[in-house]
Amino acid sequence: MTIGLSHYLTLAAVLFTIGVFGIFLNRKNVIVILMSIERLLLAVNVNLVAFSSFQGDLVGQIFTLIVLTVAAAEAAIGLAIVVVYFRNRGTIDVADIDHLKG
Amino acid sequence: MLVALFFYLFATVLIASSVMVVSAKNPVHAVLFLILAFFNAAGLFVLLGAEFLAMILVVVYVGAVMVLFLFVVMMLDVNFAELRAGVLRYLPIGLIVGLILLFELVFVVGAWVTAPQLASDAPTPPPSEVSNTEALGRLLYTDYVYLFQAAGLILLVAMIGAIILTLHHRRDVKRQNISDQVARSPETAIEVVKVETGRGLQ
Repeated sequence: MTIGLSHYLTLAAVLFTIGVFGIFLNRKNVIVILMSIERLLLAVNVNLVAFSSFQGDLVGQIFTLIVLTVAAAEAAIGLAIVVVYFRNRGTIDVADIDHLKG
Repeated sequence: MLVALFFYLFATVLIASSVMVVSAKNPVHAVLFLILAFFNAAGLFVLLGAEFLAMILVVVYVGAVMVLFLFVVMMLDVNFAELRAGVLRYLPIGLIVGLILLFELVFVVGAWVTAPQLASDAPTPPPSEVSNTEALGRLLYTDYVYLFQAAGLILLVAMIGAIILTLHHRRDVKRQNISDQVARSPETAIEVVKVETGRGLQ
């Protein structure tokens, strides 16, 4: 029994689906939405590394490195915004974030 | 055989912990399950021969990003039970969208073929000659050095943005003023008063 590329692709597809499902399920909680986004990016990274490994092409791993960087930056900024928002409003419910509506 | 065993082990724990992240009532548990998921993804990366990325995943994700999440979850005094109020209402639509997406992705995986004339730009050197880390470094610091610099700039901007967003100066707190302390001299600090005997200081 050998583990092929399709095994990894299926696993990444399931992970991605769980991430999207998480966004739908916890649509009020910004922190869980951010965690779901992290998991979507992880699924994409699994895809990239699997392709890189099975095609024998290192560029996929370079791209994964860049995706990791951007994901870390996004998490830091997102959490900073959540902290500032909580300081101002006392809640992190997504439905309450409508200050710019006027 | 051993590879298959470990693949199924890592994959099972990864998917199970991902489901737990979505369904956990306590957000601290969700963060801890996400840490478990990242550890298992790192194991999968090792299986795929990407050791450097596996270590980066553990160091950067588990060590930095997830601890940041943990800090924020513990710092914010949020009523998380209230935020989960409508979960059952959103469950059916989430399941429908998720299943449709999963079927689409599985169909894509099933119908996927490589173009036969596809040539690799950066073929992986055999692991017996060059380690994964060295091969990545050779590629990253030569062909993709601009991408590398751009990644550094993104991190710099993110750092400055996060600091500016969260730094707030409270006016009602007494703070140490170093320059004031250094600028003090005996003339400004001490006052010599002549006290008359029997009268005391008025």
